[in-house]
Amino acid sequence: MDAFILQVLNGLDKGSAYALIALGLTLIFGTLGVVNFAHGALFMIGAFCAVTLQKILGISFQTIDDTQTDFLGNPLKVDTPYVEAWFGPEMGMAIQDWSVPLAILLVIPVMFFLGWVMERGLIKHFYTRPHADQILVTFGLAIVVGELIKAFYGANPIQTPAPDMFIGTLDVGVWLGMDAGSVAYPKWRLVYFAFSAVTIGAVFAFLQFTTFGMVVRAGMADRETVGLLGIDIDKRFTFMFGLAAAVAGMAGVMYTPILSPHYNIGMDFLVLSFVVVVVGGMGSLPGAVLAGFMLGILQSFASMNEVKAVIPGIDQIIIYLVAIIILLTRPRGLMGRKGVMEE
Amino acid sequence: MSKSNFSRRGVLKTGAIAGAGLALPTYLSAASHAGYTNAPTGSSVKFGFNVPQTGPYAEEGLDELRAQELAVEHLNGIGDGGMLNTFSEKNLQGDGILGKKVEFVTGDTQTKSDVARASAQSMIQKDGCVMINGGSSSGVAIAVQGLCQDAGVIFMAGLTHSNDTTGKDKKANGFRHFFNGYMSGAALGPVLEKEYGNERQAYHLTADYTWGWTQQESIAASTEALGWTTVQNVLTPVGAGDFSSYIAPILNSGADTLILNHYGGDMVNSLTQAIQFGLKDKQVNGKDFTIIVPLYSELMAAGAGSNIQGVFGSMNWNWQLQDAGTKAFVKSFGEKYGFPPSNAAHTCYVQTLLYADAVTRAGTFNPCGVAEALEDFDFDGMGNGPTTYRGSDHQCFKDVLVMKGSENPTNAYDTLEIVEVTPRAQVEYPVDHPMFAGGDLGECNPGA
Amino acid sequence: MLGLNSRDFKLFIVVCIMALAAPILLNPFPTASALGESFNAGYPALMQRFVIFGILVIGFNILFGLTGYLSFGHAAFLGVGSYAAVWMFKLLSYNVVPAIILSVIVAGLFAVVIGYVSLRRSGIYFSILTLAFAQMSYQLAYSVFTPLTNGETGLQVYNDDPQILMGANSPASPHLFGLEMNSQYTLDISGWSFVFQNGYYLSAIFLILGFYLSIRIFRSPTGLMLRAIKSNQTRMSYTGINTKPYMLAAFVISGMYAGLAGGLLAAMDPLTGAERMFWTASGEIVVMAILGGVGTLVGPVLGAGIIKYLENIVSKINDGILHQWFAFMPDFLDNALVSIIHPFIGKGWHLTLGLLFMAVVIFLPGGLVQGGQKIGGFFRRKKTDDAADGAKTPAE
Repeated sequence: MDAFILQVLNGLDKGSAYALIALGLTLIFGTLGVVNFAHGALFMIGAFCAVTLQKILGISFQTIDDTQTDFLGNPLKVDTPYVEAWFGPEMGMAIQDWSVPLAILLVIPVMFFLGWVMERGLIKHFYTRPHADQILVTFGLAIVVGELIKAFYGANPIQTPAPDMFIGTLDVGVWLGMDAGSVAYPKWRLVYFAFSAVTIGAVFAFLQFTTFGMVVRAGMADRETVGLLGIDIDKRFTFMFGLAAAVAGMAGVMYTPILSPHYNIGMDFLVLSFVVVVVGGMGSLPGAVLAGFMLGILQSFASMNEVKAVIPGIDQIIIYLVAIIILLTRPRGLMGRKGVMEE
Repeated sequence: MSKSNFSRRGVLKTGAIAGAGLALPTYLSAASHAGYTNAPTGSSVKFGFNVPQTGPYAEEGLDELRAQELAVEHLNGIGDGGMLNTFSEKNLQGDGILGKKVEFVTGDTQTKSDVARASAQSMIQKDGCVMINGGSSSGVAIAVQGLCQDAGVIFMAGLTHSNDTTGKDKKANGFRHFFNGYMSGAALGPVLEKEYGNERQAYHLTADYTWGWTQQESIAASTEALGWTTVQNVLTPVGAGDFSSYIAPILNSGADTLILNHYGGDMVNSLTQAIQFGLKDKQVNGKDFTIIVPLYSELMAAGAGSNIQGVFGSMNWNWQLQDAGTKAFVKSFGEKYGFPPSNAAHTCYVQTLLYADAVTRAGTFNPCGVAEALEDFDFDGMGNGPTTYRGSDHQCFKDVLVMKGSENPTNAYDTLEIVEVTPRAQVEYPVDHPMFAGGDLGECNPGA
Repeated sequence: MLGLNSRDFKLFIVVCIMALAAPILLNPFPTASALGESFNAGYPALMQRFVIFGILVIGFNILFGLTGYLSFGHAAFLGVGSYAAVWMFKLLSYNVVPAIILSVIVAGLFAVVIGYVSLRRSGIYFSILTLAFAQMSYQLAYSVFTPLTNGETGLQVYNDDPQILMGANSPASPHLFGLEMNSQYTLDISGWSFVFQNGYYLSAIFLILGFYLSIRIFRSPTGLMLRAIKSNQTRMSYTGINTKPYMLAAFVISGMYAGLAGGLLAAMDPLTGAERMFWTASGEIVVMAILGGVGTLVGPVLGAGIIKYLENIVSKINDGILHQWFAFMPDFLDNALVSIIHPFIGKGWHLTLGLLFMAVVIFLPGGLVQGGQKIGGFFRRKKTDDAADGAKTPAE
């Protein structure tokens, strides 16, 4: 039972990462009709916002300590971060410790801006072009972004730990009346799950309960009519692109303590998140979220030793296998609309 | 591609007429005149440095490249000479090799066998290299080694840790300075016994490909010899990213030791995540839970940050060694680039010098002569104490380092500390050891 | 001639000449010159890749260019073909004939299965189905199927393999009835040195045959039918035509081209690995096709050539070589130029690729062929119709 609960938690965790990226992809596709292969890159830029903030907070001045030597025998240069000098060592350390959550504050404006620039500068010119062209130009952009990140941060994964407060595990099993220690789950992963749930909920609430959201939904259903009503739907769609970028960026920031970011992380997520979107059904927001969680949980169960003993290697192909089965039984994914991306 | 050729046609025609008398077409199976592939004819000789410059091991590859450039400088008499001053052989005078200046070309393997072979082929066919050096994965090393065997050039393997490179996939034209999975196991065994006793329940997470399997087999054999029990060996997909669903079952499996047969980004992620699951703080069977990473590298240690504190592993070489050779190399590398070299860099540096030395001793660049000079060659002063290149499988034998993540690193480069220098005798094995069985070195191939 | 109209025939002759004279055309600079050392591409291993990937993308274009179905898992057929060929080497002998035949057959069968299932869906759902099949093949070949594929190490021929047809005097490398693939003839003319290799010419002949066949398919009634499906499949169905067999035929032919390419890759270099089937390899095929010009006859070959050139030539340029080029300049200018170019060469060649790719998609939706036409039209100052065929609109 404990193993089962642990895998459900793992699946929810994986699923929330998939769901967040797939949600953003679907937002862009549903509003602008653009297939954005650079969405993984946006996730990665978010993750590197956290790295950047960590680096900024760690900017130091050097003092030479004659009592110690470095590896070449020269006097050791000691680095003291400015934040520690300004706010005192303790406060300074605490600020640095919280760099990942603080990066959320940084990532929202940055990603909104980048999303806006990307939509106005590049994507706008591709509305009337075939989907294949959209895929290709954004794929090219993803390569370029990845290479730029590599030029600045190198190819190695960079450690971005969660605040000390969230290190360690929380005994989830006790709440369920199980033995102490049987289901201990990392605190940060629980935070990540909660964060995803809130973000997904907020996006849905925004679309459902605000006038802005209502117009956007109307625009998704029938862009021309909404335009005829005298509403500047383009502006709203540009905003939605920024929003989708911000969601991807926040997902990236929050994921850094779980997965040390590196320049190729966007590509790693790209293919998976596309499978998720398609399984959910192109253009369906609830479908994307549902498919994300479903595939995450199935993947976790497939990794269990008991399952692998029956079908070796099932954990490596489960996502693709499920995708094939679903697409063959439900032509447009779980909740896809007819006629979307089928031609 | 070929659209710009019109203007050149005229040139070509006149050239053809002028050159027709001089040209003596030769029909050879590997295009050469001196009895071996790419015999250097001018005043220089070319090496090919084939390392990953893009992809997951790019940083390691670039560090290898730095070391190889340094080695070429030292061979050509630029800089302070580095390990040439401490090397037990004194044939290299800083005037190139056999009077020829050393040049090099670089290539990107992307850590993909196909690309690595394409790059090596271009080095051999286009640039005329007599030797290929470097690489950062066993699959690539084995692929390029096979290619060099067929083409008739020497291959020096770089970072490759799989038993197969000098086991079932060994080749007469290939040599490996790096250690292997078996040696990691043999070196770690006694240290683990001393540290953790004889009654441990080990749970293995293993990267699901050949290197992972051979290392897991080696480590399981050596820990089981101590009396440890292998509770379970779970194969994980390469590049899984999130290992949580493999780590969670360990919590209640009764195991008290986790052995991570991962490398690179996988190791960084699995170790970080294992620690997030609180494994390090756990008590099982009345013992503190421990994690072991059998193969360490500095770059991965840096990626894993504070998570590696107290975690044991093994390495081929480390810049903190105190022998004269290491000091000389660290000094020239550090002065040129501003940070200490990695063990991948050391391997590639040493291999370049050893190849050069073998050429001078053989008096020829002919791969068969060079291979003969390297086979059963004993030397010292290259950082790992007295060292031998065994002739029967082209594996290098030398001391192996057991490392531990240091508890109080003082800077970015001493995240690992040397626990023990395992003497060479302890990691040696017979050439027909079952973990290395099934291979055939074959005959050395000079190409033409 | 040869059943082609005069314009197609001219194009065909141009391709024939380019393929057969490639060892000369691709070595425009003297071998020992700085430009030659950096930019010459006329060495056998790279030329083989040009034509083999050319074959692969020609085949891909029959599916994507004609029907508009975007397969995102085409590399799987390449990989399967390579594995089949290497197994023939291991079991029979190094003769390439059975290897190439089997690689085409196996890839064809594989394509029948995957195509039959995937073609039940269209649009992006089709793409994701092919992607899923290819990724599954890759994952399994890398790990679980290691006894069959030798996993990460890659499948290769060992000395103790059965090779039952191997005679005492048979060559120990791939050969065509004794004609060794890697033997070559070097022609040295003053500063130039041209290498003519058997393996290259075998591949080039397959490229020419493959190209000819693709022209015939493009111009055939079936080709017309496929293009009709692309423009409106529903309408085709309403006219009472069952489009499925045509689609499947295109898919399988396309898969067999990929299998042939895989078999040839193995015949040139008898080792194959799972990464040949990874999704990035499939993506590369799509990139090649679009870069050159989808739906045109010669575009895909051009695209394949450019990508392989970037991968093999630009990735090998390093700072040292740059300094050599600019050695005649004052030091500060030399250093400035090197630091400007540095990010785009050597380890940064992916950046060059990404930028080039974006530029082509943005400015030349029809690929480089369209670019060529634009330039040609500019010089001739008259309206040219599509040099390759009528399908000017980029495929979806």
